[in-house]
Amino acid sequence: MEKKRLTLPLGIGILIIIGFSIIPFFQSNFLTYMGMRLFIMALFALSFNLLLGYTGLLSFGQAGFYAAGGYAAGLILLHMTSELPVAIFCGAVIGGLFALVVGYFCVKRTRIYFSMLTLAFGMLIYFICYKWKSLTGGTESLGGIPRGKLFGVIDMFPLAHYYFFVFVVTLLSIYCIYRIVNSPFGLIIQGIRDNENRIRFAGIGVKRYQLYIFTISGFFSGLAGGLYACLESTMFPTVANWQSSAEPIMVTLVGGIKSFYGPLVGSVLFIVIKEIVVRFTEEWLLVFGVILLVLLIGFRGGVAGFFDERFRKRVLSARNLGC
Amino acid sequence: MLMQVENLFKYFSGGFLAINDVSFDLAEGTLTSIIGPNGAGKTTLINLLSGSLRPDKGKIFFHDEEITQLPVERRVKKGICRSFQITNIFPELTVLQNVEIPLIYFHKRSLSLFSKLERDETIKEEAMGILRDVGLKDQIHLKAAHLSHGEQRQLEVGIALATHPEVIFLDEPTQGMNKVEKSSIVDRVVRLSKEGRVTFVIVEHDMDVVFSVSERIIVLHSGSIIADGTPEEIRNNDLVREVYLGEEL
Repeated sequence: MEKKRLTLPLGIGILIIIGFSIIPFFQSNFLTYMGMRLFIMALFALSFNLLLGYTGLLSFGQAGFYAAGGYAAGLILLHMTSELPVAIFCGAVIGGLFALVVGYFCVKRTRIYFSMLTLAFGMLIYFICYKWKSLTGGTESLGGIPRGKLFGVIDMFPLAHYYFFVFVVTLLSIYCIYRIVNSPFGLIIQGIRDNENRIRFAGIGVKRYQLYIFTISGFFSGLAGGLYACLESTMFPTVANWQSSAEPIMVTLVGGIKSFYGPLVGSVLFIVIKEIVVRFTEEWLLVFGVILLVLLIGFRGGVAGFFDERFRKRVLSARNLGC
Repeated sequence: MLMQVENLFKYFSGGFLAINDVSFDLAEGTLTSIIGPNGAGKTTLINLLSGSLRPDKGKIFFHDEEITQLPVERRVKKGICRSFQITNIFPELTVLQNVEIPLIYFHKRSLSLFSKLERDETIKEEAMGILRDVGLKDQIHLKAAHLSHGEQRQLEVGIALATHPEVIFLDEPTQGMNKVEKSSIVDRVVRLSKEGRVTFVIVEHDMDVVFSVSERIIVLHSGSIIADGTPEEIRNNDLVREVYLGEEL
């Protein structure tokens, strides 16, 4: 049974990876583009869930780090180098640095005060993007961001090329995040989520570890932002505003905050449902909202969380029966 | 001397004096109980010693080093830990993970971002040893929230032991337990104390437990120490019998 428990998710994972890797071969720009939107959203939501699901911190300013990473990667590709991995990595580092500075002030507060501070800092980043026209282009946007080259050889302009780059970066990031949450450090942050007071009486400085995970989350948000900037070839200040911060929250809640796969499932549902609803009605926001509400109410703990729990119960009862 | 407390005072809002000029020494390896009626200041005293509260006056020394203003985390590093009146564990984590958390920090693995915890034999072996000591070795993969109340209290002692403490303050460790659970946790505390691995200070209401396990008893009343001695001395102390045991002299 133990073997089955391990092989089933692994098998599903391999099938999904194969499924996504053949998308560009359908020669559909739309499918390829949507695939990339999905990967970027999944990475963004996964980075957000490091805070909410694993540490118990609700950040309303995550889009600020996403935008910081996007602008940084865009500016580097426009003015410094055409090497895509360098630009994307620098974007992630900038996202992490922004998170380090913002987090330093935010983790001093708890619960709603923490969340409101992240919102305030997120909006501060939005206004910087909006007002600093010489750097960000302001409302006229930072346009014409090239996708550059991979190792100076492969041109990343064709959508299919860029698709595989985004796909690999997303897979590597998912693997890194998985290792982080299953590491000794990951267990400590889950302890903080569960019982801050007990963590202090284990000799561990809560604020320090909250700042570490906030920075790591900012790094992956910045990475997602960099991938987004190159996909759209442009960056708008609105990418940093609070509505953008609400997207990973919604995605994670729909997918399930207590499951590692929750944000991944949530982003598939979010992007696919949105794309379908938009085609059928002008009142798509209303219909989309109702569907998300039904999913949130119908699936306790999110869609992935709901099935995860059932799967666990089946495994447990089978183990008790001695199967 | 393990710990020295000198002229400790603690006021709460409205000028209420919760701890009034408390002084005592704590020797290594002694199982000490702090008793007193409700509101005597027992939990406040533990809060002051463990760092949850700061005193308004007075000093606390640990191995002759002043720790009065040290935060909780620094005191834990020095070897001071505690359990709480209301069970304080990591309910969503497994029993094993509950004990692993302090061990990870103690063995300096807390910043290992990519290593696999299940492959860390040092931590796993030590965690299993502690869980054996507190009688939870058969429930390691169970979520802590699913343990019985008594088992959760045992787990809390396990978490405290995993910090490698020199002294543990147990705040009403048998509260809400049935007879079997009570004797189980008391036996384990006595055994660990006799092995000399850790010094226990227990706040307890159950006088049977207190008089059967303690080597020394401190009696608090209205924030002050009114008696301090062996169980026999406390039993024969007139003031204690009057204010605490409620006997007419």
